[in-house]
Amino acid sequence: MSTVRTPPSPFLRPRKSVVLTILMSLFLVYTLVPLAWLLISATKTQPALFGTPGLAFGDSFALFDNIAETFTHDGGIFLRWLGNTLLYVVVGAGGATVLATAAGYGLAKYRFPGRRAVFAVLLGAIAIPGTALAVPTFLMFSELGLTNTPWAIIIPSLISPFGLYLVWVYAVEAVPDEVIEAARIDGAGEVRIFLTVTLRLLLPGVVTVALFAVVSTWNNYFLPLIMLSEPDWYPLTVGLNQWSAQASGVGAQPIYHLVITGSVLTIIPLVAAFLLLQRFWQSGLSAGSVKQ
Amino acid sequence: MTSIPVPVEAPPAPPAPARRVRRRRPERKGWLFVAPFLVVFALVFLAPIAYAVWLSLFREQVFFGGTEFVGLDNYAAVLGDAKFWESFLRVLVFLVVQVPVMLLLALVAALAIDSARLHASGFFRVVIFLPYAVPGVVAALMWGFIYGDNFGLAADLNDLLGRQAVAPLSADWILPSIGNVVTWEFVGYNMLIFYSALKVVPGDLYEAAAIDGAGTMRTILSVKLPAIRGAVVIATIFSIIGSFQLFNEPNILRTLAPNVISTFYTPNMYAYNLSFAGQQYDYSATVAIVMGVITAIIAYVVQLRGSRKGV
Amino acid sequence: MSPTKHRARAAVTVAGLLVAALAACSPGSDNATPGGATGTPDAVDAALKAGGELTYWSWTPSAKAQVEAFQREFPNVKVNYVNAGTNNDHYTKLQNAVKAGSGAPDVAQVEYQALPQFALTGALVDLGQYGFNDFEKDYTKSTWGSVKVAGGLYGLPQDSGPMALFYNKQVFDQHGIAVPKTWDEYVAAAEKLHAADPTKYITSDTGDAGFTTSMIWQAGGKPFTTDGKSVRIDLQDAGTRKFTAMWSPLVEKKLLSSIKGWSDEWYKALGDGTISTLLAGAWMPGVLESSVPGGAGKWAVAPLPTYDGKPVTAENGGGGQSVLKQSANPALAAGFVRWLNHDNGVKPFLESGGFPATTADLDSAAFKDKASAYFGGQQVNQVLTASAGQVAAGWSYLPYQLYANSIFGDTVGKSYLNSSHLDPGLTDWQKSLADYGSQQGFTVTTS
Repeated sequence: MSTVRTPPSPFLRPRKSVVLTILMSLFLVYTLVPLAWLLISATKTQPALFGTPGLAFGDSFALFDNIAETFTHDGGIFLRWLGNTLLYVVVGAGGATVLATAAGYGLAKYRFPGRRAVFAVLLGAIAIPGTALAVPTFLMFSELGLTNTPWAIIIPSLISPFGLYLVWVYAVEAVPDEVIEAARIDGAGEVRIFLTVTLRLLLPGVVTVALFAVVSTWNNYFLPLIMLSEPDWYPLTVGLNQWSAQASGVGAQPIYHLVITGSVLTIIPLVAAFLLLQRFWQSGLSAGSVKQ
Repeated sequence: MTSIPVPVEAPPAPPAPARRVRRRRPERKGWLFVAPFLVVFALVFLAPIAYAVWLSLFREQVFFGGTEFVGLDNYAAVLGDAKFWESFLRVLVFLVVQVPVMLLLALVAALAIDSARLHASGFFRVVIFLPYAVPGVVAALMWGFIYGDNFGLAADLNDLLGRQAVAPLSADWILPSIGNVVTWEFVGYNMLIFYSALKVVPGDLYEAAAIDGAGTMRTILSVKLPAIRGAVVIATIFSIIGSFQLFNEPNILRTLAPNVISTFYTPNMYAYNLSFAGQQYDYSATVAIVMGVITAIIAYVVQLRGSRKGV
Repeated sequence: MSPTKHRARAAVTVAGLLVAALAACSPGSDNATPGGATGTPDAVDAALKAGGELTYWSWTPSAKAQVEAFQREFPNVKVNYVNAGTNNDHYTKLQNAVKAGSGAPDVAQVEYQALPQFALTGALVDLGQYGFNDFEKDYTKSTWGSVKVAGGLYGLPQDSGPMALFYNKQVFDQHGIAVPKTWDEYVAAAEKLHAADPTKYITSDTGDAGFTTSMIWQAGGKPFTTDGKSVRIDLQDAGTRKFTAMWSPLVEKKLLSSIKGWSDEWYKALGDGTISTLLAGAWMPGVLESSVPGGAGKWAVAPLPTYDGKPVTAENGGGGQSVLKQSANPALAAGFVRWLNHDNGVKPFLESGGFPATTADLDSAAFKDKASAYFGGQQVNQVLTASAGQVAAGWSYLPYQLYANSIFGDTVGKSYLNSSHLDPGLTDWQKSLADYGSQQGFTVTTS
């Protein structure tokens, strides 16, 4: 990936270090052991899951059966959940990225009155634990008739205070005031400057914000759990939890193999999104270095 | 939002004063960019908080439908609540130990990946980030396997060593065990913040350093770190907030060790259980607000000390 | 926490700012919808004939089949079946909907232990007005007692969980252990088994409120009594202490497996003999059959051990269906509940492997004499139905049992954690429960 564009200076391309690679590989093992368990478990049948050691394969390789069963179990509801999740991610995380980018840029590059206050209010608001606000939020949304609709998930997803801060600090570094000033002298309007000039400079930051927004919307669990009662609107996380909860109590029917396979299937689109988005970091670097 | 001053369209003016007008006008247009965010923010953050503040002034008895205005009594009760302070001290200890370890690891990883001295750096980048993408439901199963001392990896390790060397779910081990889960999950996340901050550093800074003959360490210390200072401060602030709001990880491990992790293990779990198990919405809101105020003050101090530039 | 009214000024200032935005959601806007204040037995039949639409929340495995059968019989009634969550998730959503004043279903599954909480907070319709009190004779005493709260009838029982001893015959035979009839024999068996094979345990118990309360129930304890606003909590009464005196030594000597119930390890341990007995409700055979294939042919059922040899048991788990006050059509909802748990709905329930609460079904020869292949041909229902008739009388749960269960680990759990006697843990639990009760406006007395 890193060969897409040659950086301007030979000093930026030092020799590869084997020692560093080995050290980082240790790190990698730490990261991978739990994930290896997840992947190996996805190849096991429900009985083998309980009956064989965690990091060893079972007698049979049931991955494809598990995948097929995950998609067909309970009338194929997994697909429905996948579709819901995609909807929430596209609208919610997409919207969150747009709002956070615009606001972060506005705060970083315009010295308007009340700017400090915005910072303080944001910080104060996110410092209050969200789980405790779940009931007040639920009651308000219920009053507005939004509970048990996709809006109850999408509207809160539109806000990423963290994304806003990231764009804010990135914009301070990445967008020199002179660039904006130059565009103004050329007669460009503020919105046009944002869309045609600064957005490109901010790209690596925006991509990072988008990635975080996508993952957090994708993994959003608590809010949909509270807001939705109709399984037809569940995202994957809540649906998988419902499958997992089947393992206990009267009439228990553990389907852990489907929960695990479903989780692996849930992660795959995220990896794809990551690989897709990461090329923008490269082009972002060059965009940053292009100026002057 | 109606109090926002609407920028007045200035008529075409003679060149000399135009510079002043131009300087003033665009600054106020900042609101244009911030307003959409703030409107939604007010709905999903500020309104519930305002409602929680309102709730915190009452005491409701769900069984008999009685609601009573109690002023600041709930606040007095929280400040004198041993359970609250126990949970607060616990996350404070957690914060002081876990956050520096995690951020340092993330910083090193980001610098390594950015250094271009790493083989297959793209692979490292995606794998280290992956844990953040694992959904919570399956995390419980996963850590149940790894920490399990009957059949799990911990049991295998103990068998191997022939003694009870590790007991991740016991009372003595549980806090480090939680710290490990959080670190595992969020190193990649913070690594990405630092990494993308390094990516927005204008390339000419490196060139200048290179021309000055700076070595790798010098470049890191005098160019890279100062350039991503803002990102480091923000990551620190959010990690502090995250620690004070610690909830998911202990709640997941609670399904494995319910006797070790109490319902008031962290302030956020306490607020959650007060609300969802006890239906004590008023007191729960009070706990959340008190915790929020403490968190905000600490985060603000870190912010002030961390960035002299001012974001 | 005593109420003070003179701090109002600062509060009013803050409040004033908020009123406009929040007037609609003031914390007092509660449950008191008078849905179904008047109803008659005829109203139910009329409502079923007229038809309409209902929403039904449940997570029982039989719910889907039952709803389909109901709609075939009453084509003009549309039932929206929703699995809103399992157990606590379900109750949380129900609680939130009740508090919000909208969004609750017409009919919901409510377990016996949760029923008093929803009944006393005014969320449920008293089905007595529809003449359902006449059905008393059709249900077992213990399940009927569980749906009667403070003189009202807040649901009809669906299933029941009279307890029995499920044991791994293979393990017992291998170690020459006889099936224990008394608790003394059970404790002796626990010691013998673990001594003979340290990897095997008589059972697992890491502290479970449902199990502990059932065991206290069987021992004749009556720790929770509610009368209007008065609650009496005595977790050191004679029955409770009888249970703790028997069970604590197992905890202290670490003769119980520390595998947590319902975990994947637990299922594994049930299959390979690590856990050799289960003290559980009559619904357990279904769980073993569907989820512990490795145990087929090994498990058997015997009556629950007793303290003195005289047969007595308790209920463990189970629940029924209730009508919510928010229902726009409570008579129709009551009609659905009647069909589910009294009329033709019982059949699909039985077919799904459920253990009923209706005496006619429990007494039928077809049910009793059914041989179970999983249990090596044993007629397990003989044992289980006998248990249903021997449940100790006079038990009641707390009006806030769900909360009580949630803090069990904080208190009694510590005894398990330290492998120590259960009494201090139970005393702790009692104290927390008394505090909570007082805060909620009950007059609490303790031992």
